[in-house]
Amino acid sequence: MITQAPVLIVVIPLLAAFFCPLIGLWRKGLCYSWVVITLLLCVLASIDTLFAVIRNGTIHYHLGGWLPPFGIEYVIDHLNAMMLIVVSIISLTVAIYSKPTVERELPKKVVYFYTVFLLQVTGFLGIVITGDLFNLYVFLEIASLAGYALIAVGEDGAPLATFRYIVMGTIGACFYLLGIGYIYIATGSLNMADVQQLLPKLYDSKVILTAIAFLLAGLAIKMALFPVHVWLPDAYTKAPSASSALIASLMTKISLYVMIRVLFTVFKPQLSTKLLPVTDIMVWAGFVAICGGAIMALAQTDFKRMLCYIVVAEVGYIVGGVGLANATAMKGAILHILNDAVMTAGLFTVAGIIMYKTGHHDLSDFKGLFKKMPFTMSAFVIGALSIIGVPPTCGFFSKWYLIQGAVIAEHWAFIAALLGSSLINVILFFRIIEIGYVFNVSNTGHVHNGSNTTIIDEAPLSMLIPTVSIAVAIILIGLYNQTILSNIIAYAVPKF
Amino acid sequence: MFEFIINYYNYWVYIGLMMIGFYAMMAKKNLIKKIIGMNIFQSAIIFFYISTSVKKGDITVPILEYTHGGSGAHAVDVMQYANPLPHVLMLTAIVVMVGTLGVALAVAIMIYRRYDTLEENEIIMNIRKGR
Repeated sequence: MITQAPVLIVVIPLLAAFFCPLIGLWRKGLCYSWVVITLLLCVLASIDTLFAVIRNGTIHYHLGGWLPPFGIEYVIDHLNAMMLIVVSIISLTVAIYSKPTVERELPKKVVYFYTVFLLQVTGFLGIVITGDLFNLYVFLEIASLAGYALIAVGEDGAPLATFRYIVMGTIGACFYLLGIGYIYIATGSLNMADVQQLLPKLYDSKVILTAIAFLLAGLAIKMALFPVHVWLPDAYTKAPSASSALIASLMTKISLYVMIRVLFTVFKPQLSTKLLPVTDIMVWAGFVAICGGAIMALAQTDFKRMLCYIVVAEVGYIVGGVGLANATAMKGAILHILNDAVMTAGLFTVAGIIMYKTGHHDLSDFKGLFKKMPFTMSAFVIGALSIIGVPPTCGFFSKWYLIQGAVIAEHWAFIAALLGSSLINVILFFRIIEIGYVFNVSNTGHVHNGSNTTIIDEAPLSMLIPTVSIAVAIILIGLYNQTILSNIIAYAVPKF
Repeated sequence: MFEFIINYYNYWVYIGLMMIGFYAMMAKKNLIKKIIGMNIFQSAIIFFYISTSVKKGDITVPILEYTHGGSGAHAVDVMQYANPLPHVLMLTAIVVMVGTLGVALAVAIMIYRRYDTLEENEIIMNIRKGR
């Protein structure tokens, strides 16, 4: 085990991002391999850290040797060790996958795309690893700014969607900053563990009420909770395929992780469950998000846009699951963060392949695709089954724990929403499978605007292998969910 | 009531500024005005942080008072200096805000090049017309 591994996880992609444009000046084609090697090192460091955490418990890394309340501290417990693995492996997979689509969609911006891509991953990993509230804000903004840039270079209409995202995202980040400000005024500390020790005496004070309200409102915007999700569908639909696969699968999940951190590490669990009605509100917010997301998804004719609304509904699952406030539901919610990141990545990579081959991502583009690209479409079907929640795939198990938790909490409306949205997902995906199987296009050409007559066949291997391996991961996570639960997630659940 | 407003005037100022920025971000149709609103909103938060670290009365600069070779080791009293941490935090936040402003302006330029206008309703009309 390397003792410096925790800091390396963040430093490697950050430094690599600085060198990426220089390498691009010399040899444009090297950027891709540079990114893949960097992220591979990140994955190794994260795996090393995960095993260290499983063996020895929580790791505290003091940056520059400054002791906690004064210096910045990286804290890695079971929850963020898992998140680190999720972030680094998904970004590596998307990086491997990205080569053909980036070269096709952004031929002149390959170097800059990969530079910002690395900064984006740095932001994600930093948010997950840090144990300091203000440091988290800085990384949140690094991730958001890189995200704006990655989305803005997308297809027509992307700049306007990005502009709206910038306005909303800035409000979210500023609310988070205000929330930290109030905590700092009340306690004089920004270290999460220190704040948790100092705060309980002040739980009656209005300052803490304001702080928690600002923090959660800010994070709700960042995670696209239903009424404030309006920035998400436009931005993620119009982003380039590779960016939407990376950002859609990770950004919302990381904001959810921050929410869990704030509720159960910065504050003690009893504040949000007993003293304030935070969790009760969250269950209903989750209920509204599930219903809203599922119903809006039904109305879409664009595949990526439909996936975006499914992401909105999935955020509702996790927020509601955390809001149920018992160990089983919490287990389900954390497992669902992992599953949803993998499932969303899988479906968005499929969307990227279809965009690459047909030039569009409408539902009607699926016509006859099952015959033409069997591997891609089987990956798609596995992702779809997992979103619906069919047993051997991972989506089933997290939904199972969420429903069990809802039964324990006797929250019947939430169960109804969960089951209802699963049924809606069945309609959504079987509609696509029907289009793919039934409507066979007789000639080889898939005619769009009369000009595009390229033959649609299986995707290039560098796109296909990551997509298929995500599909395999979906099944493996499902089969080994007990191992993940008992070794990692069981320790991440707070004591209610 | 009046006392309450006077004693906490810094918070009232920051809330007022923040609401002005918020209004501009939400209600204005022009993208540049939205960006200006965003900046006012962020500056309000900087004012909030800075105003919390202010101390009145006999405030000194400890680093000047007790220089090397002066009266020797001297414990610095907390009540004698303004809290420096919020200032440091805000330096970082200013950097972040400048970054956000830069990205927002760059995106506004992209939009202007594409649609020849910065009015949101005209851009949406252009998109509807399919150009």
